[in-house]
Amino acid sequence: MTAFLARFLRNRLAALALVWVLALSAMAALAPWIAPTDPLRIGHDAFAPPGRQYLLGTDNQGRDILSGVVYGARVSLLVGCLAAFTSSLVGVTIGGLAGFQGRWVDALLMRLAELFQVMPRFFLAILVVSLFGSGIQQIIVVLGMLGWPPTARLVRATILTIREQPFVEAAHATGVPGWRVCVREILPNSLPPAVVAGSLDVAQAILTEAGLSFFGLGDPNLVSWGSMLFSAQGFLRHGWWLTVFPGLAIFLTVVAFNLVGDGVNDALNAKLHQQLA
Amino acid sequence: MTLPRVVLRRCAQAVPLLVGVVVVNFTLLHLAPGDPITVIVGDFPAPPALVQQLRADFGLDQPLWRQLLIYLGRLLRGDLGFSFANRQPVLALILERLPATLLLSGSALLLAAVFGVGLGVAASRRPYSWLDHLTSVVSLLGFSMPVFWLGQLLIIGVSLGLGWLPAQGMVSLRADPSGWGRTLSIAQHLLLPALTLSAGFLALNSRMARASMLEVLRQDYVLVARGKGLTERRVLYGHALRNALIPIVTVIAFNVGYLMGGSAFVETIFAWPGVGRLLYDSMFARDYPTIMGIFLVVSVGVIVANLLADLAYAWLDPRVRY
Repeated sequence: MTAFLARFLRNRLAALALVWVLALSAMAALAPWIAPTDPLRIGHDAFAPPGRQYLLGTDNQGRDILSGVVYGARVSLLVGCLAAFTSSLVGVTIGGLAGFQGRWVDALLMRLAELFQVMPRFFLAILVVSLFGSGIQQIIVVLGMLGWPPTARLVRATILTIREQPFVEAAHATGVPGWRVCVREILPNSLPPAVVAGSLDVAQAILTEAGLSFFGLGDPNLVSWGSMLFSAQGFLRHGWWLTVFPGLAIFLTVVAFNLVGDGVNDALNAKLHQQLA
Repeated sequence: MTLPRVVLRRCAQAVPLLVGVVVVNFTLLHLAPGDPITVIVGDFPAPPALVQQLRADFGLDQPLWRQLLIYLGRLLRGDLGFSFANRQPVLALILERLPATLLLSGSALLLAAVFGVGLGVAASRRPYSWLDHLTSVVSLLGFSMPVFWLGQLLIIGVSLGLGWLPAQGMVSLRADPSGWGRTLSIAQHLLLPALTLSAGFLALNSRMARASMLEVLRQDYVLVARGKGLTERRVLYGHALRNALIPIVTVIAFNVGYLMGGSAFVETIFAWPGVGRLLYDSMFARDYPTIMGIFLVVSVGVIVANLLADLAYAWLDPRVRY
């Protein structure tokens, strides 16, 4: 584990991205103490530019942008991480079943994965959220249920290769029961690619949540970066700060999760190369 | 396997996917809270007689499997339901808006193909040079940039700040309604939205083009081409690029759904009168038949695009016809 961390931190960009993610998490956790005011409180100064009184300015209803950006981190991180966790869980289960069972189970599940991959994710999310309501739980479940196919494919493919490795054969030969070989030997070794897919999934989920909120489908009781851009859309002429800061927050966070994912991937592959050498 | 057999086989593989999409739509219709009839009508005060009529038409009092067959039959006849909010059949509504969306997404793909592939090919010529690094930075930023934010920034900077291009709509009301004036006006309105929408694909294309050029340039036939004494230009564009482009075609087709999603944002931001804008308006009107119809049409579009890409692949690369 420490060796893995050392390899990961050697990649400076990935390390920097991890710092950003950690800082953001701290900001989200401590939002009530960091944010100057309640992000939904309507103030007297509408369209106040960034300055001493309002660090990042205020919007059309005089709401403080800085507070919105700080509180918005909660929604983005929560939705991003839980949705990615859900889709990883579903992906590993389905990929595992397909890889272990083979035959018609495999064929059926892979057709299902194909179906979920051709259905345009964003349109389906819009359809489901507009039918079932736009609470944060619904959004997490929808994004979680839509993101699993790549993970499932990866896990299945890795299981198919690992099954043929000598150490699995050795386990079988020493009389370890089949299910135990699956759970103890094969599954743990097929998880690393799922971890990488999961961290890239966080970035995707954050983008999709922001997109739903931008379409006015976010949780109406919570401030999110996407919903801030949604309300800024009507006032592009009145103040650039309404758009620039929330968008920058989304952008930097998505870049950070993509970089962390790439970093984890590189660090894992380095380990793989060492083992093979 | 001969080409016609490949075509038949691929088409047959697409059928279960199409049925699957319809089943998902049907399931959502029935799982949605409340009566399916509210989803079929949308949030609209329909007269009770009409509601009774629709209940009978959709067979809502019959067993589920019969309902699914009825639903499937209606779709096959091109009946995607009726939008009460717009007083028009859903299919007609979508077809009316489709050309604007195709113009926008086609232009975006063209921009992304020219600049993305160009950048990727240039980067592959000198791996690990500054140009190569620039390409990977551009592609990382392109992937991570929310398309709706990019659109807003371009409006603030280019339209409102510099005053160069219009920010809203498809054609200026003052433009000459026919001929060149209109074309020019549409082109002016098209540039910013197309640029916005192309960003993600530019990133994707440059990454793909770089990787597949590096792969192709190592092949024996490139060595042979060089050995024959062909100019570097001909080796690059006549031999290597032609083959390197094949995977790019597939990747673009695979991401048609993503393109349409991006188009929905761009059309909303720039008030472009396409299918995406229709989706946005339908959401606020709670016009469920139209939302479902758009989802269905886009899904079918993705499946057909994938099918065409598969066939193009088989046609371009004979090795695929195993």
